[in-house]
Amino acid sequence: MQKYMRWSAILVVLMLALAACQSGGGAASEEPSAEESAPPASEGAGGEDPSAVCDADEFGCVEVLEGDSIRIASALSITGDTSFLGNDSNFGIEIAIADRGEVAGHEIELVKEDAGCGDAASGQTAAQAIVADPTIVSVIGTTCSRTAVPAMPVLADAGLVMISPSNTAPSLTNPETEDFGGPFYFRTAYNDRVQGAAVAKFACEELGVTTAATIHDGSPYAEQLQQVFVDQFAEQCDGTTTSQEAINVGDTEFRSVLEPIAVDEPELLYFPIFDPEGPLITQQAQDVAGLENTILMGSDGIKDQGFLDTAGDVAEEIGMYFSGPDLSFGGTYESDFLPAYVELSGEDGPIAPYHAHGYDAANIIFDAIEAVGVEDAEGTLFIPKDALREYIAGLTDYAGLTGTLTCDENGDCGAEDVSVAQVVDGEYSEIWTTRDQ
Amino acid sequence: MARAGRLSLVEIILWGLRIAVVIGVVAGTWATLSAGRLEGDQWRTLVILGIAQGSVYALIALGYTLVYGVLLMINFAHGDVFMFGAMTAFFVADALAGGGFLNANPFLGLAVVLLVAMLSSTLVAVLLERIAYRPLRRAPRLVPLITAVGASLFISNSVRGLYGEQVKAYPRLDILEGSLDILGIPILKTQAMVIVSAVVLMLILYWFVERTRTGRAMRAVSEDKDTAALMGINVDRTITTTFAIGGLLAGAAGVLYALVFGQVHWFMGFLPGIKAFTAAVLGGIGNIVGAMLGGLSLGVLEQVGPNLLLSGAGVPSPNQLRDVVAFSVLVLVLIFRPYGILGRPETR
Repeated sequence: MQKYMRWSAILVVLMLALAACQSGGGAASEEPSAEESAPPASEGAGGEDPSAVCDADEFGCVEVLEGDSIRIASALSITGDTSFLGNDSNFGIEIAIADRGEVAGHEIELVKEDAGCGDAASGQTAAQAIVADPTIVSVIGTTCSRTAVPAMPVLADAGLVMISPSNTAPSLTNPETEDFGGPFYFRTAYNDRVQGAAVAKFACEELGVTTAATIHDGSPYAEQLQQVFVDQFAEQCDGTTTSQEAINVGDTEFRSVLEPIAVDEPELLYFPIFDPEGPLITQQAQDVAGLENTILMGSDGIKDQGFLDTAGDVAEEIGMYFSGPDLSFGGTYESDFLPAYVELSGEDGPIAPYHAHGYDAANIIFDAIEAVGVEDAEGTLFIPKDALREYIAGLTDYAGLTGTLTCDENGDCGAEDVSVAQVVDGEYSEIWTTRDQ
Repeated sequence: MARAGRLSLVEIILWGLRIAVVIGVVAGTWATLSAGRLEGDQWRTLVILGIAQGSVYALIALGYTLVYGVLLMINFAHGDVFMFGAMTAFFVADALAGGGFLNANPFLGLAVVLLVAMLSSTLVAVLLERIAYRPLRRAPRLVPLITAVGASLFISNSVRGLYGEQVKAYPRLDILEGSLDILGIPILKTQAMVIVSAVVLMLILYWFVERTRTGRAMRAVSEDKDTAALMGINVDRTITTTFAIGGLLAGAAGVLYALVFGQVHWFMGFLPGIKAFTAAVLGGIGNIVGAMLGGLSLGVLEQVGPNLLLSGAGVPSPNQLRDVVAFSVLVLVLIFRPYGILGRPETR
């Protein structure tokens, strides 16, 4: 027994030493080159001196040797109940990489981190994993607004830009709130001020309802979206909200939440939440007396393949509505992007709404790298981090797949078209869009 | 006066707490009921929901309590035993539903699904005992606890690796759609089935423990392992039986849970596991009737509590605070009855 103990102790010490060497060695070789001591006296291709550019930049440069790939990271929800949302965006990014080929003479490598959705802490974990790797240039993420909040301070400290394809919570781009993402945060998704107003318009004008109830799950996304809807519903057509309930993420029995809501027999029930709570509420609402004539409506958080798999048949039968980004982008979306998506993913079609937004986010980063990157005589590419952020912040009239994008001073870059869909033959089919209004 | 003088500070605080709790409960209930938002029908629905949910908790809680009874350890992997049964049976149910067999022969089909779930959960529970706990039987009590946490992670992540991490939709049974009218009270068929099955299983268990030889051996081992061994009881076999019974009940609970909520996934054992453990503690861990009572009261508390106690007090979205209400009750019960509703002080 003692012998074993001694051997395992030695083994543990060896392993620790090895681990220490690895991380120590890595840091030693990366840091000086990434920060100050760029190779001396070399002229960039554009005539600029890389070391001067990097010295002048507040966060220094990321250095890519000739023949190496430029590494960007995605921090999306790629495991668990909401993985359809994150995988969908990753497909968009991968298609952007394939379409682009090379950026500034380098290939692009995507590092996929899992930022989760339900647990805010996993956003921070993903961000820490990303900043620990000094070769990463920028980040595309997160899937859920909740995880972006703790991720942003970590990334901003390291001077890394994050562009989200699917965060929609208004607070992320509102400097008066604690959740504000700061100067390094951008998004190609719309702000839910737009989605909430569009849903209210749809409820007032298309459905003609005057009473509604909402359910959220305590996440910034759901809580703020339903609040925008409630405010707009009152403003646009004097609609009355009978109750604003909330649930716990992870619960499964929601009939006890639906019972008190059903007392007022609201004409519309809007629950902008996620899987698997969204499908469960859809199914359980069928059992609750008082909700027989209530129209159910969800949002982009559940408008994915996971919902179709679990409650798609019920949603189709009752004609449930889903708000989300307008996906009738036109342009090359139908002709080039969708076939590439089907081939890459092996699915019949998009599994969630935010693939094109991921595609645009990736391309904006590639453009920025090409615009601010400086090459020296040996072919090493230097990418100044703060200059990269400034380029994206100044983005104007960018012709993206999702529309014409212009970033405002708080990081909102997204096109603002919202659609409403229903399930038809087991697929989402858009029936209304703000584009036509 | 002399008596009052002997009241210690702790007792004064406890009495203060008791009075505060009673005032809070009465005030919240009064406010809710006088507001009159929910009516008799709705309260009845909420109670039935609670009983159905509580029956599932009770079935899982029995596994915790039985194992604690014989081994004085908390088998934290029990939630995953529950999940394993539901997940394995999903494939059988899905295959049977695919061919239309399940809806054509609902009773036979359900029996097969239930049997598969119960057997696979039992298998996992027995293996768990043999591999993870038996070698540590004489180790300090903290060691098997840590092992249990490890085993829990091992089982859930194995299932994640084997079966994938997506939520799987359980087939719906036509026979369980809609609701029954029992004495004028409408009850959803799934809920009726859950409650009836749970009650039948619990009655069988009670009979088994109280009336059979093996049950008597289990009780003897839980009293005193060494003496039981001297009396000619095979302790190892009795412990294995205990784990097997816990597994059987958990497997059945898994199918019931899946039929009510219509979906299963690899992480589904976690929350019900925690809740059932809470229920076992609430009822008095080690006590079989206590686990049943604890499960039912926790279920009802969760569904009725927030609506009854908080909505009248003007708390916005009270149902978000469901767990707060349930666990506050647990804390209060443990303050005033440290051994749970039916538990008895530990003598060892």
